[in-house]
Amino acid sequence: MTDATLAYGRGDPYQLHGGRPHEGPASKRIVTGYGFWIFLLSDIVLFSCFFAAYAVLLGQTAGGPRGSEIFDLRSVAAETALLLISSFVCGLAMIAADVRNQRWFQIGMAVTGLLGLGFLALEYREFAGLVGRDAGPTRSAFLSAFFTLVGCHGAHVSVGVLWLLTMMAQVFAKGFRADIMRRLLCFALFWHVLDIIWVAIFSVVYLIGSAA
Amino acid sequence: MFGKLTLDAIPLHQPIPLVAGSFVIVAILAVLAWVVIAGHLPYLWREWITSVDHKRIGVMYSLLAMVMLLRGGTDAIMMRSQQAVAFHSEGYLPPEHYNQIFSAHGTIMIFFVGMAFMIGLMNLVVPLQLGVRDVAFPTLNSVGFWLTATGALLVNVSLVVGNFARTGWLPYPPLSELTYSPDVGVDYFLWALQISGVGTLVAGINLVTTVLKLRTKGMTYLRMPIFCWTTLASSLLIIAAFPILTATLAMLILDRYFGFHFFTNEGGGNVMMFMNLIWAWGHPEVYILVLPAFGIYSEIVPTFSGKPLFGYRSMVMATMAICIISFCVWLHHFFTMGAGPNVNAIFGIASMIIAVPTGVKIYNWLFTMYGGRVRFATPMMWSIGFMVTFIIGGLTGVLVAVPPADFLLHNSLFLVAHFHNVIIGGVLFGAFAGYSYWFPKAFGFRLHEGWGKAGFWFSLIGFYVTFVPLYAAGMLGMTRRLQHYDVAEWRPWIMAAGVGMILLVIGVLCQIWQLVVSIRHREELRDVTGDPWDGRSLEWATASPPPAFNFAVLPDVEGEDAYWAIKSRAREQGLLRSEPEYKDIEMPRNSPTGFVCAFFATIMGFALIWHIWWLVALGGFGAFVTFIVFAWRDHDEYIIPAAEVARIDRANREVRLAAISHARSPS
Amino acid sequence: MSESDLHGPAGLAPGDEEEVRIGPRVLGYVVGLGLAVLLTVTSFFIAGTDLVWQPSIPVALVVLAIAQMGVHLVFFVHITTDPDNTNNVMALAFGLLIVFLVVGGSLWIMSNLNQNMLPMDQIMQMQR
Repeated sequence: MTDATLAYGRGDPYQLHGGRPHEGPASKRIVTGYGFWIFLLSDIVLFSCFFAAYAVLLGQTAGGPRGSEIFDLRSVAAETALLLISSFVCGLAMIAADVRNQRWFQIGMAVTGLLGLGFLALEYREFAGLVGRDAGPTRSAFLSAFFTLVGCHGAHVSVGVLWLLTMMAQVFAKGFRADIMRRLLCFALFWHVLDIIWVAIFSVVYLIGSAA
Repeated sequence: MFGKLTLDAIPLHQPIPLVAGSFVIVAILAVLAWVVIAGHLPYLWREWITSVDHKRIGVMYSLLAMVMLLRGGTDAIMMRSQQAVAFHSEGYLPPEHYNQIFSAHGTIMIFFVGMAFMIGLMNLVVPLQLGVRDVAFPTLNSVGFWLTATGALLVNVSLVVGNFARTGWLPYPPLSELTYSPDVGVDYFLWALQISGVGTLVAGINLVTTVLKLRTKGMTYLRMPIFCWTTLASSLLIIAAFPILTATLAMLILDRYFGFHFFTNEGGGNVMMFMNLIWAWGHPEVYILVLPAFGIYSEIVPTFSGKPLFGYRSMVMATMAICIISFCVWLHHFFTMGAGPNVNAIFGIASMIIAVPTGVKIYNWLFTMYGGRVRFATPMMWSIGFMVTFIIGGLTGVLVAVPPADFLLHNSLFLVAHFHNVIIGGVLFGAFAGYSYWFPKAFGFRLHEGWGKAGFWFSLIGFYVTFVPLYAAGMLGMTRRLQHYDVAEWRPWIMAAGVGMILLVIGVLCQIWQLVVSIRHREELRDVTGDPWDGRSLEWATASPPPAFNFAVLPDVEGEDAYWAIKSRAREQGLLRSEPEYKDIEMPRNSPTGFVCAFFATIMGFALIWHIWWLVALGGFGAFVTFIVFAWRDHDEYIIPAAEVARIDRANREVRLAAISHARSPS
Repeated sequence: MSESDLHGPAGLAPGDEEEVRIGPRVLGYVVGLGLAVLLTVTSFFIAGTDLVWQPSIPVALVVLAIAQMGVHLVFFVHITTDPDNTNNVMALAFGLLIVFLVVGGSLWIMSNLNQNMLPMDQIMQMQR
């Protein structure tokens, strides 16, 4: 590009971003991260539908139990703590990956995964308990919406754990290759966003839901 | 062992589906046999099935759409002919079969014709227009296509094994609940759409990332061709709307498979929640289809008018405004189902407001043509036909957006005529316009003009003869989806619509014949220049068909109408830019991931429909293993050596130079 | 294009931080964790208490939840107002707009429908 065309580019009114010229395709890391970020946003929209269904069907208990009768807030608090700490540890594991520290990365990921499994175990206990005392998803529209919303999050966490194990194996086998680092970036985004969705779930489903 | 699947699922005692199904199976087997015997299989596998090249995938999407158009069109012929004979009689299609036909017609036309055609054209053209070598995620692109094909396959399998939904193209509960639709029809619908929905979402993510993050140097937002803008808007709508469809259908699946109570009559379920959510997806879906078509017209009209697009910035504004407003109007699909006057009024007004940006676009196209030297080639004919037809469809749309009027017209043939008016006139004409416009780019030879124009005129006239009578029948009170009727006043209009259907069929036959003639005479129709229409955007800077890497060096964009600027300068100076320094190019390797994944998805979908749980587990496991194997690969790119790049690019430069000196010599 | 560069021509990958030193990055996560814990504990406390005016509780819970999501976005996902982050923030804003439209619209429409129409199970009972 000659100087003349550069000057033309700066003086061009057809530019957003305050005249900073567009320099061409972004790096692979940005492209991958951005694509995954958009996927996560679509996932958030998916959850918003289940939230909407829950909010609409909250009162439709069909003579079955209401939220305040079945929610065990202490168990929910424990689940919240597990997921929050796992999100934190996941962040630390990513720092370890950035400085290419295999041992701390594997330890961090293992702790993240164990905390995730602990979360899943608590959720399984809650679900099994509810089904056991005739408060399963087929009991009422309210319970259908509850099980679907919380279960959808749980399914995401399960997939996340599966992905986490795959990433641990991959880093172990192949090291911190550029494409694997990109996948780690996506995994970390996924795990953090799951925690964000859990914030909405414990606030709306459990805390507000048990008041209703 | 085989769940609900028994031999009874095959309609041995119903002649029409049996004959149709056997015919399709024989045709498919014949094609497969020919491919294998003629030895084309390795070529197909290597160059198409495993291809991750956006151009090849775009072509496969479009081909899928055209094949499905024939299937959906056959359904349309059956419906029109049934209504033509079913006056005071049963006709030749029994109700349970007729109901499947109109359900399948809508499902196929929207998801596997409209969506597939638009995504195909976007895939083919957008990376070329942005001046880049591929989409953001090439392998994922292939996965997306093959999952779409899986959905189409499942819908068509229902023809032979079991049956399709009888609930209309959107399975409204409680009719679609297990109590009232106990057979597998609705399940075919649900799983076909869930699987192809994943494919569509992947395509949307891919295109948004491509447009926002991959543009070539100097291609700022406000220099992008309008087709890239509409692709961005449409893909954003896919990302925002398709999760809603997935969630809604998932709720219906849970109701049907596990006895949940989202939309049931019992247990506190609420059917209106389904209407609400499905249309929160359904209305944006309309714009997902039509926005890319608007983009296609915005490319064609300037090219064939020899002028830059009028009001480029207002076009961008209008596109993005439609993108947002289309999410604020969904209640107008169920004005009559119990909402109060305040809610109806607000959604009615929002629906009318969305006509404003659409009107802006129409004026922009008209002013682009004004004062230009318009060439009436086939793509331009489709565009002009669209403008006239779409305005009529839009006006009847504003009419039904008025809640009191909608109370009279809801679910009547007037509504049917309205949405065919906008979808055929907008989307299908757009698809045909784009098909005839970019065909030379994809294959290196033009389509035959005469047969193309014949196809256009038969389709246009056939369209009016079919659907204007349906407006009239709707005004006379005829509701949609009638298997038979006994009101004498409706009869003449229905007969007229039947005649129109014949004209439409002739139009389609003309286009098929056009393709045959063009392939036979491809040497005469060869596009040697790469720029057959005197185009304005970067796709015309490449050879026809473009090499795998599209651009030897990524172009440097200095203004709107990027290729026009390059071409004008070359014409003024009589020479091309100096030859660039050629380098090795890394391109993504072909991968069977998409095809293998779709294979397992097909198995899984079929097993889910028939409750064959072990097969579901097997399919899911297979898909997971495929992903692991894909993730474990070490080499995902291959190198095209600089010498090869130079050879290909020099050939392209040679014909360009010849074209320039040819253009300069008469003047 | 070099793989190691965090900054491309057009910004930053979502989730990436501008800071590269370990100490400040760990500190960022610790601060985020601390704020999140604080907000979570407040939420659980408010939900169970009768010290505050009861009708204000749902509003307070929603506000706290939004605040905590903000904390997660800033400290864990590293979404900032930096110009390099514009595209990421715009995408997030678009997503949130859709979430707002879907949830808000559904609640408004459905409450309106419920006011105007009998619930389905009651209609079914009347038909019997």
